[in-house]
Amino acid sequence: MSFFDEMFADSETTRSCYRKYYSWLNSPEQKNIVKRKDEAENVFRRTGITFNVYSEKEETEKLIPFDLIPRILGDEEWRMIKKGVEQRVRAINSFLFDIYHQQEIIKANIIPHGLINQNDAFLPEMIGFTPPNGIYTHIAGIDLVRTSEKEFLVLEDNVRTPSGVSYMIENRETMYNMFPELFSKIKVRSVTEYPSELIKALKASHPHLADENCTVAVLTPGIYNSAYFEHSFLADQMGVELVESQDLQIVDGKVAMRTTQGYKTIDVLYRRVDDMFLDPLSFKEDSRLGVPGIMDIYKSGSITIANAPGTGIADDKAIYSFMPKIIKFYTGQNAILKNVETWRCSEKDHLQYVLQNIASLVIKEVHGSGGYGMLIGPTASKKEISIFKSKLLRNPSNYIAQPTLSLSTVPILKKSGLTPRHVDLRPFALVSPNSVFVTPGGLTRVALKKGSLVVNSSQGGGTKDTWVLEEE
Amino acid sequence: MLGRNAAGIYWMFRYLERCENSARLLRAGLRISITQSDYGSQDWDSVLTAASIKPIFDKNYSECNSANVTNFILRDKENPSSVLSSVKQARLNARMIRTVLTKEVFESVNEIYFNLKDLLRRPVTEAALPKTLDTIQRQSALVRGCLHGTMLRNDVYDFARLGTFIERGDNTARILDMKYHILLPAVSYVGSSVDISQWENILRSVSAYQSYRWLNENELNPLGICNYLILDSRLPRSLNFCSKNISNNLNSLSSFYINTFPSFEISLEFSRYLENMLIENVFKKGLHEFLLNFIAKFNAISAQIEKDFRFYK
Repeated sequence: MSFFDEMFADSETTRSCYRKYYSWLNSPEQKNIVKRKDEAENVFRRTGITFNVYSEKEETEKLIPFDLIPRILGDEEWRMIKKGVEQRVRAINSFLFDIYHQQEIIKANIIPHGLINQNDAFLPEMIGFTPPNGIYTHIAGIDLVRTSEKEFLVLEDNVRTPSGVSYMIENRETMYNMFPELFSKIKVRSVTEYPSELIKALKASHPHLADENCTVAVLTPGIYNSAYFEHSFLADQMGVELVESQDLQIVDGKVAMRTTQGYKTIDVLYRRVDDMFLDPLSFKEDSRLGVPGIMDIYKSGSITIANAPGTGIADDKAIYSFMPKIIKFYTGQNAILKNVETWRCSEKDHLQYVLQNIASLVIKEVHGSGGYGMLIGPTASKKEISIFKSKLLRNPSNYIAQPTLSLSTVPILKKSGLTPRHVDLRPFALVSPNSVFVTPGGLTRVALKKGSLVVNSSQGGGTKDTWVLEEE
Repeated sequence: MLGRNAAGIYWMFRYLERCENSARLLRAGLRISITQSDYGSQDWDSVLTAASIKPIFDKNYSECNSANVTNFILRDKENPSSVLSSVKQARLNARMIRTVLTKEVFESVNEIYFNLKDLLRRPVTEAALPKTLDTIQRQSALVRGCLHGTMLRNDVYDFARLGTFIERGDNTARILDMKYHILLPAVSYVGSSVDISQWENILRSVSAYQSYRWLNENELNPLGICNYLILDSRLPRSLNFCSKNISNNLNSLSSFYINTFPSFEISLEFSRYLENMLIENVFKKGLHEFLLNFIAKFNAISAQIEKDFRFYK
């Protein structure tokens, strides 16, 4: 299989958006750049940008490997991505409003009834309720893969509590610190305004439009959560409190946090706690991460929860396959960013196809994430395939299958020099009542193992700084 | 500011201070043990007793000697106030309350955690001990410097200082009390040459030996030394200094929050009591009793601070 390399068109030619960078990289001053890899790692360790891995015993804090070679996108490529992400995020919001209200899309026979109403991610508590300003997904991250010069495909939508923006920003900060001269040579669009855009979007969605003094807080499951660094980073950057379950209480019909001077009302809660843990009175009874009674307060209209509970139905992998139709239904347009072809194993003929072609497909759990519980046909052993087959047959509707994609590559820096590795891209979108903001950049994840297509950090993937070049 | 964050920064600085003071305590113990060979293991015993960590030590070690006590105070995970445990707790608190810390403060505490973890990866030999203790104290100074140089002077800062002074007062009192565990503190016992050199070591362990000489032309006597460590409000590790600063910080919180807090009233009363105390009366009352009372009072102030500022639910 041949792959699209984003830096090199062939062994002689550098693609245009990498040209300036590559000539810098080849300059005599950068001869020893590989020695600076540790420097980057030390920055991350010093800053405490770590994530927790649960399986390890003693040392539970890990660093996500950072590669010094940036992933560069040209202005034109970016404009297409941005338009596609905006379109998709708007459609997802319309879809969520619809399925929690009239369910026109089911009536129009576009999505089967059972796929919505019997889906665990569909929250009956949200039926008939409209979140403040009608926004469901204030924050979204859309995972893209590139397969050719012009083609970016959506691999996955993340509209529950997408993470990764802190890495996007800290990767850039690290690059600014290590290679300041690069940024005076090459005009790269800034990503560091994200937190100020985020707080703008959150404040704009507060429940009482007339109220100027809007209190925003970030809710984290706590210090042992794998994304804790990001939670504290965002709260810090926005200048708002980072709260945990133990700080919150319902006081006089409002959600309030315990301050040194008593309880203070929260108007907008950016929660990084999953739906099922949000309210032990409505969902998982034994949850200690949420706020008992918050759903009632939410539905009384005195707090905005971002993202709204119940958004998970839109990034379910089985719903994903309908996304082109969803976009068409609500926007009247064709999807700018295409989906990866997907077979739903719940459907008989699809299952048949999957079983026949299992060795060439990637099979994923409908609710899986983090690269766990999936089968990559072409690299799996016969035994692994046969074990997976029996799992699949036991519960077909739990799986979807996709072709093995020829993910684009970007070189990483190794002692031996540049060597290509597969990457994906997660741009981030913020939804306000009247606009959608997409940060010019995103998180590029890179598989560090040769030939590997799995970029997840839980599976040993790394990250790269992602550049969007200024318009020439 | 969240009550939990107030608790976090208060404890972060208690642990940092404890980390440094554990090193100081060990320094005092070391000096006493190498200068007073006839007392043997009893000296180390007194170090443990003063720090209230003797019961846990006895549970984990059969012999009370220099190597075991050193290991216990510096590195032992079983000892909640060992240097390593303290710095680990300080960093954990710092991570929990990152949003109220400047980048400099967070990074300094993060850095010293890694440095000390590395420094104390293996047992420290007697030969390496003085240098190790120096390093620990320097690491602690780094965080303090970042705090002073970068943090806003607001409620967050007051809680950091409160944690520091509550812990420091408690520790200086314990270091002084170590003296009681070595020799009976009756006035008639004091004054022998052995006794004086032990007092001298206690001065050294709180970095007060040099300044004591400046002020007293190197005339060492127990009353003078105790007066200095307990009542002199110029010495940053004296009991009076700590107590005064606690009421100052609580006073500033009171004006910040426009409220008079019970913890402020208790601390003000206690700091006036110390201000008017005469060292002769301390000895008349009994040094040990005086110190126990002091430690209890600081605990009470700490408990009241927790309540007044809603540290916990």
